[in-house]
Amino acid sequence: MGKLLNVSSSPHARSNVLTQNLMGDVVIAMIPATVYGVYQFGLKALLIILVTVASCLLSEYVYESLMGKPITIMDGSALVTGMILALNMPPEIPLWIPFLGGVFAIIVVKQLYGGLGQNFMNPALAARCFLLISFAGFMSNSAFTLDGVSTPTPLAVMKAGKEVDLAAMVIGKIPGTIGEVSVIALLIGAAYLLIKKVISWRIPVTYLVTFAVFVLIFGKHDFGYVMAQLCGGGLIFGAFFMATDYVTSPITPKGQIVFGVLLGILTGVFRLFGGAPEGVSYAIIISNLLVPLIEKVTLPVAFGKEGKKA
Amino acid sequence: MNKCTERLYNGIIKENPTFVLMLGMCPTLATTTTAINGLGMGLTTTAVLIFSNIIISSLRKIIPDRVRIPAYIVIVASLVTIVQLLLKAFIPSLDKSLGIFIPLIVVNCIILGRAEAYAAKNGPLESAFDGIGMGLGFTVGLTAIAVFREILGAGAVFGFEFIPEDFRISIFGLAPGAFFVLAGLTALQNKFKMPCATNKSAPESVLACGGNCMTCTGSACMANHATLETRRLQAQEDALAAKKAALAEQQKELSAKLDKKEN
Repeated sequence: MGKLLNVSSSPHARSNVLTQNLMGDVVIAMIPATVYGVYQFGLKALLIILVTVASCLLSEYVYESLMGKPITIMDGSALVTGMILALNMPPEIPLWIPFLGGVFAIIVVKQLYGGLGQNFMNPALAARCFLLISFAGFMSNSAFTLDGVSTPTPLAVMKAGKEVDLAAMVIGKIPGTIGEVSVIALLIGAAYLLIKKVISWRIPVTYLVTFAVFVLIFGKHDFGYVMAQLCGGGLIFGAFFMATDYVTSPITPKGQIVFGVLLGILTGVFRLFGGAPEGVSYAIIISNLLVPLIEKVTLPVAFGKEGKKA
Repeated sequence: MNKCTERLYNGIIKENPTFVLMLGMCPTLATTTTAINGLGMGLTTTAVLIFSNIIISSLRKIIPDRVRIPAYIVIVASLVTIVQLLLKAFIPSLDKSLGIFIPLIVVNCIILGRAEAYAAKNGPLESAFDGIGMGLGFTVGLTAIAVFREILGAGAVFGFEFIPEDFRISIFGLAPGAFFVLAGLTALQNKFKMPCATNKSAPESVLACGGNCMTCTGSACMANHATLETRRLQAQEDALAAKKAALAEQQKELSAKLDKKEN
């Protein structure tokens, strides 16, 4: 490469942070939730995580070598996709389903659209929705267990109009997918990401606030109910780890706020008025599709140019 | 007759309405849930297409240019009504499962497209063969998509179930599955370069991305170019080294010969 004259367009100032570092930080941030999931659901949860991650890395490697593209499994993005997908799996699922999900996430959603940075949707979430529609029996309520007994998730209990134990939800002593159960473990990871400035506060905070306000207005006018809705299901995990994915969220500050508000409203609508108790993943992938439009309308005025006249 | 066989080839492979022309997407996506439905829809459309092509082609000198579209629609609509009544009488199960998509054949773009593009300019015999070719192409396309969707989504081929219920990927029976399978088969068709209208004149490129810089958004491009550039330089260096080695060999031989002569 040294023989080539390097003529490049802007930006010329570059940061030393590589994709590997960012992805490494996200992986570190997911460790508390992973450890708690493995602690609560046992070794089969660990096995699911390993299979999903392996499936993602393998599909990326196989696809890129078949297509003659540079191999990018070392940048960690497939690892992150695999971990997010695995943490979204119920603990009782047969192992071939997460494997299929990993293949779908990497090949269909990520690589067919051009690889890292080109996918218009969060690969892990798209794969989760693919599996949710395809294998409803394995992925939804009856699949969730606690201490080996099939138990409805807190969200399903609330959907049926009954009371839930908020303290258990915060600690994580509830049925759910591997990674979403413990609010405390997720918040530790989220705090790490915020302190390291891997993610900004804008999307998660506007998401959670909008959702809380929506539930307060249209759901029960009760503080405990709102808190339970906030802590239940994949909302915390989605808000901090999935909605903030760089590729599929807006880069403009104003756009991130619009994105968060949109997510909050959609999740509220799906949870309160939809047929299923959970709606975070659908809300996030629908909002992913709107990101180009959001960025277009929230484009900041370049330095030195006049703003639009009102 | 040569022209007629050419029409058949054109309809089934070269300008396959499903995979090359991308016409008639609405019935393609909606009726391919099972192989029987796909086949039935394809053959129904073929029947209408053949007769509409023959009638329109025979009437092409009578129909005034200005009102040709309404005239075509009237012809096609009458044919569709006949076909629908026949289906209701003889294959009621197919009529029930295809439902609204039988009357919708009236506005199927393959039929109007062939009427405009071919039947209105050519004689009845060629038009009939054009209709057969296009119709069979459509049938082949629909059946191929439907077979894949039925196997993956319902675990069956033509209603014969062989995959246990737990292993069926039910999304393939729904709308997204139709898009996945259609895109996959179209990609295969392009990859294996069956000579058709879309890939015959495609520019050959050495780039891994296909070299279509017009639609490229960037980041993958630089990496691709970089790899290719290093590969090209490497190849050049290798060639040079090989040449040098060959030259040295020759020189050795020559000097050896000279030595012999001098001796």
